Amino acid sequence: MKVLVAVKRVVDYNVKVRPKSDGSDVDINNVKMSINPFCEIAVEEAIRLKEAGVAEEIIAVSIGGAQVQEQIRTALALGADRGIHVQTEDSLEPLEIARLLKSILDKEEPTLVITGKQSIDGDNNQTGQMLAALAGIPQGTFASEITIEGDHISVIREVDGGLQTVKLSLPAVVTTDLRLNEPRYASLPNIMKAKKKPLDVFTPEELGVELSNHIDLVEVEPPPDRQAGIKVDDVDALVDKLKNEAKVI
Amino acid sequence: MALTFDSARMHNPYITSEHEAWRTQIRRFIDAEIMPYAESWDENGNIPSDLWIKAAGVGLLGFGFPEKYGGTLEGIDVWHSWIINEELARIGVGGVSASLMVHGIGLPPVINWGSSEMKQRVAPAVLAGEKHISLGITEPGGGSDVASLSTTAIREGDVYIVNGSKTYITGGMRANWVSTAVRTGGEGAGGVSMLLIPTDAKGFTRTELDRKQGWWASDTATLYFDNVRVPVDQLIGEENKGFRVIMANFNDERMSMSAAMEALGRVCLEEAVEWAQQRKTFGKRLADHQVIRHKIAQMKQRLNATQAYIRLCYEAIQSNAPNPGDIALLKVQSSETMEYCAREAMQILGGAGYMRGGRVERIYREVRVNAIGGGSEEIMRDLASRQYQL
Ligand SMILES: Cc1cc2nc3c(=O)[nH]c(=O)nc-3n(C[C@H](O)[C@H](O)[C@H](O)COP(=O)(O)OP(=O)(O)OC[C@H]3O[C@@H](n4cnc5c(N)ncnc54)[C@H](O)[C@@H]3O)c2cc1C
Repeated sequence: MKVLVAVKRVVDYNVKVRPKSDGSDVDINNVKMSINPFCEIAVEEAIRLKEAGVAEEIIAVSIGGAQVQEQIRTALALGADRGIHVQTEDSLEPLEIARLLKSILDKEEPTLVITGKQSIDGDNNQTGQMLAALAGIPQGTFASEITIEGDHISVIREVDGGLQTVKLSLPAVVTTDLRLNEPRYASLPNIMKAKKKPLDVFTPEELGVELSNHIDLVEVEPPPDRQAGIKVDDVDALVDKLKNEAKVI
Repeated sequence: MALTFDSARMHNPYITSEHEAWRTQIRRFIDAEIMPYAESWDENGNIPSDLWIKAAGVGLLGFGFPEKYGGTLEGIDVWHSWIINEELARIGVGGVSASLMVHGIGLPPVINWGSSEMKQRVAPAVLAGEKHISLGITEPGGGSDVASLSTTAIREGDVYIVNGSKTYITGGMRANWVSTAVRTGGEGAGGVSMLLIPTDAKGFTRTELDRKQGWWASDTATLYFDNVRVPVDQLIGEENKGFRVIMANFNDERMSMSAAMEALGRVCLEEAVEWAQQRKTFGKRLADHQVIRHKIAQMKQRLNATQAYIRLCYEAIQSNAPNPGDIALLKVQSSETMEYCAREAMQILGGAGYMRGGRVERIYREVRVNAIGGGSEEIMRDLASRQYQL
C-alpha cells in the first residue's frame, strides 16, 4: 500500500507572530519555520503503518518555495521514503493546494492520503476535505485512531461531545487530530540518510494545474490587549462581583 | 530583540538548514527526555540506565563515530559538534552530559588506535548505550603532569600485571571498560602506554566519590588495580606510545568543553535577563538600573568574543589545521567567560540565585570542574606558551 502525506511549512508553534506594520500579513521575516504539527502527526501515522507492515511506501508532498524542501527532508528523516516538491512562490489558498494535491494523486495513485486537519498558520481546515471531494473518494476527518481492514479503513473521529467511528472504502483521505499519535524525533543517522532519499520537483504547469485566486487577504491585526484586572478589597466583594457582575455563581 | 539562549548566539554563516534540523531534533529529545528530570537526577546523584539507550536511539551516543560500529560519521562536520555540545549544555546540569557522553573521551582511543577485534567488541555495545567506557588518566599522585603517572603495567608473557590507582574518573562506577594510561617503560612520556582494562577483571576495585561541589548526577570514582592481569592484546596503540594517544584525545575534549562552557555562560545570561526584566527594586525594574544593564552587556560582550574564537578554532579543525595552543587558550577563554557569567548572573538573581533548584546556582558550582578538568587553566596557558619559544 502506498501512503501519501502532505506536509506544510509553517511558522514554528513556539513563535509569537506579529502582523507587519502595514497590516498586510503576518511578519514571517527571520522566524523559525517547522512542519505543521498536524502534518507531523500525519507523517508519524504513515510511518507506523509502514512499521506494522501495512504500508510499503510513504511519499511526502509539500507545496511552496524552495525552502519547503527543508520540511520534506524532515519528513524523510522521520521515515518517509521519497519526497515531491511542487514548486511555486504564490501564496496558495486551500482550494488550489487541494487541486495540486489532486494532480499528485492522479500521478501516484496512493491507497491512503493523510493530511493534517488544519495548518496552524491559516487554520482553514479545508484542504483534506476539498481534496477528497475533488478526487471523488471518501474522507475521515479529525482522526484520533485509524485501522486498516482489508480494502477499508476504520477511522475514529473526534466530534463535538464524543467519538464517531466511520468505515471508509479505500482509497480515502484521512485528516489527523492531535490525539492520533505522538510524533517521534528524527535521529541523527536518519537526518543524514534523508539527504540521499529521492525528491522530485514539479511546477504547477508540469502538473497541468492552472492556479487561480478566490480569496483576498484584506487585513491582519493583532488581538486586542487584555485589560488589566482589578484587586477586590475582601472576599465579600469578590463573591458579590462573581454573583452580580460576572453572574457565574 | 529579547536576549535569550538562542538570540544571544551570533549568526554563523556555516550553519545550514540541515544543521538547524539537527538542532531542532536534538532539542526536542532533550526537552522531552532530559530537561524535566535532570534536576532531580542531579539531586539524587544518579541517572537511570535507560537514558543511554534512548540517547543511542536518537543518534546522540553514536555521533562522530563510524557507521560500522553503529555511529554516524558521514556528513558530520564541526558545526554539528558545536550544536550538540551547546544543546547538552543548555540543560544546565553538567553532571548529566558529563556522564552520558563520557564515552566521548573514553572511546576515541579504542576507535583510533585499538585493534579491530577490540573495536568490534567494545564500540557497538557502547554506542548502543548497553555498555560504558571511561578514560583513566588522573592519579591520586597527580593529574596535570600526565607524563609522571605511576600506575604500572609489567609484562609477564602475554599479560600485563597492572598495579596502581586512578582517581576522579567520570563514569568510573558504571564503566565496563577503562581506557587507562599506564607505565610500561621508563620514566617520562616515553614510558606511557594506553591499556583497555575491563572492570570485571580480578583485582580491580572502585569506590565512589559522591560528595562533589557539582556534577552530582555524574558518578566519579577512584579505581584500584591490584595485580590485575590484562592480556597484551588489550594494548591501545603501541607500547610506550601512549602519550600520543592521550594528547590526540585532548583537542576534541577541549573543543567540546569550550563549546559547552560558552553555552553555559549563555544560559546564565538568559536567566539573568529574564529576572532583571521582572524584578523591581527602588521603583523600577532591575533591567532599568544602569549598573545591571552594564552587567548584561558585559556578559554578552564576553560571550560574543568566545563564540567568535570557538568558530575560528572549529574552522581550523575543519580545514585540518588545528592549533593545540589556540585550542588550549580557547579553553581558558571559555572557562573565564563561564565564570564571569555565572558570577554576574548570581549577583543579578540576588538571594533567589543562592537557592538550589535553578540553572544559575548549579552552573556556578560547576565552573571549577570545567576550569580544572580536561587541562587546568594554568596548564593550558603553559601549553600555549611553550609553542612560542619565549
Ligand atoms: C569532576 C571531575 C571529573 C574528572 N574526570 C576525569 C576523568 O574522567 N578522567 C581523568 O583522567 N581525569 C578526570 N578528572 C581529573 C582532572 O583531569 C584533573 O583534576 C586535572 O587534570 C588536574 O589534575 P589534579 O587534580 O591532579 O591537579 P594537580 O595536577 O595536582 O594541579 C593542582 C593545581 O596546580 C596547578 N598546576 C599544576 N602544575 C602546574 C605548573 N606546572 N605550573 C602552574 N600550575 C600548575 C594546576 O593548574 C592546579 O590548579 C576529573 C576531575 C574532576 C574534578
